[in-house]
Amino acid sequence: MEFSSQLKEFIKKELVRYEVKRSAIIPCLFAVQKEQGWVSPEAITVLSKEMELPETWITEVTSFYTMFNRKPVGKYHVQVCCNISCSMAGGRELAAHLEKNLSAKAGEVSPDGRYTVSRVECLGACGTAPMMQVNDEYYENLTLESAEKLLREME
Amino acid sequence: METKILSEHYDKPEYRTLEGYKRLGGGYEPLAKCLKMDRQQIINDVKTAGVRGRGGAGFPAGVKWGFLPDNGETRYLLCNADEGEPGTFKDKVILEQAPHQMIEGMIIAAFAINSPKSYVYIRGEYAKAQKIVKAAIDEAYAAGLLGENILGSGFTHHMDIYSGAGAYICGEETAMISSLEGKKGQPKLKPPFPAVAGYLGKPTIVNNVETFSAVQIIMRDGVEAYRKYGTEKSAGTKLFSISGDVMKPGVYEVPLGYPLKDLIEQECGGLRPGRKLKAVIPGGSSAPVLNAEESYKVTMDYEALAEMGSMLGSGAIIIMDDSRCMVDLLEVTLHFYHHESCGQCTPCREGTGWIHKMVKSIYDGTGRLQDIDLIDRVANQMRGRTICALADAASFPAISFVKKFRDEFEFYVREGRSKVTGVRVEGEAHA
Repeated sequence: MEFSSQLKEFIKKELVRYEVKRSAIIPCLFAVQKEQGWVSPEAITVLSKEMELPETWITEVTSFYTMFNRKPVGKYHVQVCCNISCSMAGGRELAAHLEKNLSAKAGEVSPDGRYTVSRVECLGACGTAPMMQVNDEYYENLTLESAEKLLREME
Repeated sequence: METKILSEHYDKPEYRTLEGYKRLGGGYEPLAKCLKMDRQQIINDVKTAGVRGRGGAGFPAGVKWGFLPDNGETRYLLCNADEGEPGTFKDKVILEQAPHQMIEGMIIAAFAINSPKSYVYIRGEYAKAQKIVKAAIDEAYAAGLLGENILGSGFTHHMDIYSGAGAYICGEETAMISSLEGKKGQPKLKPPFPAVAGYLGKPTIVNNVETFSAVQIIMRDGVEAYRKYGTEKSAGTKLFSISGDVMKPGVYEVPLGYPLKDLIEQECGGLRPGRKLKAVIPGGSSAPVLNAEESYKVTMDYEALAEMGSMLGSGAIIIMDDSRCMVDLLEVTLHFYHHESCGQCTPCREGTGWIHKMVKSIYDGTGRLQDIDLIDRVANQMRGRTICALADAASFPAISFVKKFRDEFEFYVREGRSKVTGVRVEGEAHA
């Protein structure tokens, strides 16, 4: 596996951006995930060589933080908040509905590769519940129908 | 009525830009004034203004700044924008609508404590807020408000953002520091406090987004004007994030000491038609729950809530009406703490899982009556025995839900269904 030249360039810049090189691990993992869709064990090995930092440092960060996908995800990573305010507004029913109708079992990729539906903890949009985060974007004040329609119509 | 001091211009999109911020709110004039002031005077002003940490712990900001040792070491300033306490969404409003207010507050603080470098640690999910804050920092650099020799004062300060990656615990200041150092976000034992040994072992001050915004207001309007609002011990206004069973959830700014009843009935337009208030979590999901009677009596300030056995926390108010099953909501809440425990301390790692499992077994219809007392016992034994406050935070809802709504838990065990809804939820909608 080889990273793109842009990714390598990004890593180089991040390595000197902070007081210590180690701080660049989280931003670099985000960049790897953006390019590859997830953080594979192989990508960690390559990143460790690029950064000249121990592989264990990168592995422990990858496994600690939930935003790093250690399994491939669909083109649209649908994260439905199921914490207290969202649950009161139907967040769990929304997650179940999307899992069923988009044929994506919780946390798995749908057969067409388009969706992964995950149930996540508070995303800080409690006043506009229920909500979901699709890749980087927030979608709020959803209904079962509006959420499904939104997802089906994504290019 | 809302008292919009911080949030006066939050509804205007141009307030996001440097130009709009300067024009509408006289932005960066307070900074220019501060740069000519004696550093200690600024710290004293913030102390006298009495602004308490708006992230959750409520520690007086000025007092915190006073803990820095005078040993010539590089000092770091961190802004805690890792908003994650369930029910809280007020920092997102500041980050997205008024980034310069926070940034100006940070530069003032940095000057006051003589810090050359700061970071805004923003939770990873707030991608939009990260972009807006980064753009605002770039604008500030271009205008000479950040970087070398700010506004010709001789003071140099650099600011950058850092993204979290989905860990509630990183909102705890020592965990945030671990995370910024590129490690797992695990809290560190205090003392030493970050003010003495924080980021990279150097003296570090960590304050919440809203606290920095308040600092800007204090230096803009003066201590006296700031203290006009709020109570003797809880000064100023506060942004409250209100969610749950009200007609108009949202972020509202009111003076501390404001009656919760008025917030619910006036600002939030009351409950849904035909519903009665059952309970309120007044300060984020870690705050002990209040029943309806307590909620209608309490005022929203640090002291009144402490007296009521709860806390103001981050100012996240979650309203529950009489259609809500408390067994269900406690299950959801404890699932969160179990998921977010960093795993470092045994009482928390095991305890959060254990109490969640017991509540879940009740919710699943397989609970035992003796589990109700056991939940209380285990939760109590988790408290005060760990490096950080997450174990305590998990124990508060467990203990208070079981204590105040015990009949619902007993009914659920005996009947295998909810006393409120009459059913047991099964299948895919089940969390």
